[in-house]
Amino acid sequence: MSDVLTVPRSRRNVEAALLLLAFAVAVGANFVAGLEREEPFNDYFWRQASTLVGMGILVHLILRIRAKYADPVILPIVIALNGIGLAMIHRLDLPRIENPDFVPVAPQQLTWTAVAIVAASVLLIFLRDHRILRRFTYISLIVSAVLLLLPLTPIGLPINGARIWINVGFGTFQPGEVAKITLAIFFAGYLSTNRDLILLAGKKIGPLQLPRFKDLAPMVAAWLVSIGVLVLQRDLGSSILFFGLFMAMIYVATSRVSWVLIGLAMIGVGTFIALQLFSHVALRFDSWLNAFDPEVYNRAPGGSQQVVQGLFGLANGGLAGTGFGQGRPDLVTYANSDMIIAALGEELGMIGVFAIILLYILLVSRGFRAALGTKDGFGKLLACGLSFTIALQCFVVIGGITRLIPLTGLTTPFMSAGGSSLLANWIIVALLLLISETARRPVRTAAPRESAAVSSASGRGALPRRPKEGSR
Amino acid sequence: MNQAIRSAWVVAIGMFALILGSLTYVQFFEAEELNTNDWNNRQLYQDFGRPRGAILVDGKAVAESVPSNDQFNYQRVYKEPNLYAHLTGFYSLVNGSTQLEQASAGLLSGTSDELFYDRIVGLLSGASSQGASVELTIDPQIQQLAWDLIPEGQRGSIVVTEPETGNILAMVSKPSYDPNLIAVHDTEIAARNVEQLSAVPGLSIYRNPATESLVAPGSVFKLVDAAAALESGDYDAESQIPNPPVLPLPGTTVGLPNYVNGTCATRSTADLEFALEQSCNTPFAQIAWDLGEDAIQEQARLFGFGERHQIPVAVEASQFPSDLSEPELAQSAIGQFDVKVTPLQIAMVASAIANDGVLMKPNLIKAVRAADLELIDSPSPEVLHESVSAGTAEQLTEWMVNVVNNGTGRGAQIPGVDVAGKTGTAEVEGRGDNAWFTGFAPANDPQVAVTIVMEDVDLATGSQLTSPNAKKIIEAVLNQ
Repeated sequence: MSDVLTVPRSRRNVEAALLLLAFAVAVGANFVAGLEREEPFNDYFWRQASTLVGMGILVHLILRIRAKYADPVILPIVIALNGIGLAMIHRLDLPRIENPDFVPVAPQQLTWTAVAIVAASVLLIFLRDHRILRRFTYISLIVSAVLLLLPLTPIGLPINGARIWINVGFGTFQPGEVAKITLAIFFAGYLSTNRDLILLAGKKIGPLQLPRFKDLAPMVAAWLVSIGVLVLQRDLGSSILFFGLFMAMIYVATSRVSWVLIGLAMIGVGTFIALQLFSHVALRFDSWLNAFDPEVYNRAPGGSQQVVQGLFGLANGGLAGTGFGQGRPDLVTYANSDMIIAALGEELGMIGVFAIILLYILLVSRGFRAALGTKDGFGKLLACGLSFTIALQCFVVIGGITRLIPLTGLTTPFMSAGGSSLLANWIIVALLLLISETARRPVRTAAPRESAAVSSASGRGALPRRPKEGSR
Repeated sequence: MNQAIRSAWVVAIGMFALILGSLTYVQFFEAEELNTNDWNNRQLYQDFGRPRGAILVDGKAVAESVPSNDQFNYQRVYKEPNLYAHLTGFYSLVNGSTQLEQASAGLLSGTSDELFYDRIVGLLSGASSQGASVELTIDPQIQQLAWDLIPEGQRGSIVVTEPETGNILAMVSKPSYDPNLIAVHDTEIAARNVEQLSAVPGLSIYRNPATESLVAPGSVFKLVDAAAALESGDYDAESQIPNPPVLPLPGTTVGLPNYVNGTCATRSTADLEFALEQSCNTPFAQIAWDLGEDAIQEQARLFGFGERHQIPVAVEASQFPSDLSEPELAQSAIGQFDVKVTPLQIAMVASAIANDGVLMKPNLIKAVRAADLELIDSPSPEVLHESVSAGTAEQLTEWMVNVVNNGTGRGAQIPGVDVAGKTGTAEVEGRGDNAWFTGFAPANDPQVAVTIVMEDVDLATGSQLTSPNAKKIIEAVLNQ
């Protein structure tokens, strides 16, 4: 199944070097963030720096022992993103810190960072091979359904009209973030098992091979989940995210454009109906199209003030930014969660945000690289689905902030304040690392250099050394 | 399957490309439009969110920024608000800023080029750019005294200067107001306060009467005539000028009278000393006719008329009209008709005479200090004009001392000190007179010049509120 081969070198030292860079970025950002408004090198600075560095080293060591062929770029990128996010959240706390009623967000986010990285580490230690997850295909479906329905039960907490949070005693949690992963597992399992059947059957009309109706079942299920999330939880962002995830996975499983077209048609119909039936969706569209209309701007709630203020922030930053701590990103509502890119864009400028987006591009590309490299269909689909989710989430959030598309309430992976999002994304990282490990691990137990030396002689199973590929 | 994976990757990269594009659009191409959008109060928030330098009088802040718990982080607070309102002005969200808050905005907010070096240091050290403090030349005791000498409900201004440097020691006007009412961040409250203040008669929150309101100078303008006469070379202490009780004005049925109950009537001709002493009108009208409009105009210009000054607050240009008919010129020579001056302008005339004829540029700023108290600038005295020769100045001083010793300014006499002065009463159509006193002391070595104008008063009140008050201020300054 795989036609991409990777030289079996562990590259853990590369990871260590990149990690040092990531630490420098994360700790440096945190230092600059507090420079103007608080004592340098205070307790919190050291807590944040030591947590990030300690946790980064922990994962690195686990990888050295348990998954030494895992992709060396993923962990440093994620540590850097997480660190920049933490620094910005901390910076946004500072203007309000003197208010006695204000509870700083950064320490919570730091705790969640630790929890998320521990969870990812546990997964790395105990899962070892992602293929085990395939056994849980249908359990994942049930778990997804439960997670998505939880906010509708009495423990659900409606906030700002959206029912996507639950009360977990010590705080709130967004089960939808985790459902993103379980749904990806279900789809990867279902599609990798049934893809041959789906591919062979079906009528061909012109260039399009239409699926059989019964094979449309997963598509219909995906559509129902997405629309259900939109209708019952009033969460447009997650709805788009889930549907995009399914579309990407179905396309990768079948290579059929027809499926994508059917999917797009269905989401088009769904959106049209939603616009007619649900005011919150219509308001989002109105705020998008007529953001600078005074009436729309001043409408509360559901006005365009948030997106317009975000645009002002981005514009204020311009090319080079105001400098960390020098702008007024706190003027934008939800600056530390949904709108964190606007805050970063204001203070780090277009250049800074481009650098951050470049990190996402690299991360997503490494995920797809793992999908190409691994040999099992389940792993390929899972890696694709998860990587695509990160890309789509960035697109929906940043596209919303820059008014490319309507603004929806989604978090920016690894950076926005929000524990559930952080936890879910770190679990995705653990899964991607595991999949990349199987993609890059030499098949034989023999030492990689020896196997390379004998590859010309026999070498079925031993991977031929291909420096060009390996040097990528 | 790998081909599909590659396609999915392309789609993912495509999405990233789209957001890179939209970010470029917002942050680069659309940025200027967004930055100037009416709803974008970011610049305002940025200005208000920074600690702004204080305005100091004798080391104490009369205007300063204190941390506030609202969205702006800092609130501008005015101490002794009414006393200093016309100097500090206000720094407000919707009503803009005025007076020193506006004139020294660059220094106070820290954006001035003079602070470039400090900004660079701040940038490198990461410290926020803090505004500089501006220390005024005002003497708080004299300021307070001058304030107390204008009765509540009376419209008037007092300007006290140091002739040698041009430094302003006191500058007060009533009615005044509390700038805190306008600087309040709640825009609704601010709007209501502004509305209430605009109903106060004689008050404009946008205008410092001492530097911006133009009033008729009356007889204090005769100092300009006398200066022009001496400078022309046609007149000296011996010159005798006809002093009819009423001077017929060609082409009109009315004449220009001397003050009916005054001592002027005792002489049919007058020298300049007597004409100034008793403030006789008719000799000065004839001098003006003799010298011509241009000569008076030019002398007025040398005293600072006709130009706006930045001290650094804006000073309105005082006016001497042009293209005058003979009757108009006669009226103008005694500071009536369209002669309009700021109280500061008259202070400048007295200061120039006091300073051997050299007019120093009026100045309110003693020192500018960076946030770390480092001295950035301390303005040195600047010559504005050589208004009259030293000889003319000496002669004028002698005559002005005579005004206080024997003439209309007797209320300003101080035992043991020669006070030079000139009074004035300008008639204003439809209401009471403007009563003036301008002068300086000691005559042989002037330390202080005082100019007082009380508007809309009767003659008795006017003379009570001018010369005697000038005496009190001069005493206070000389006794320091």
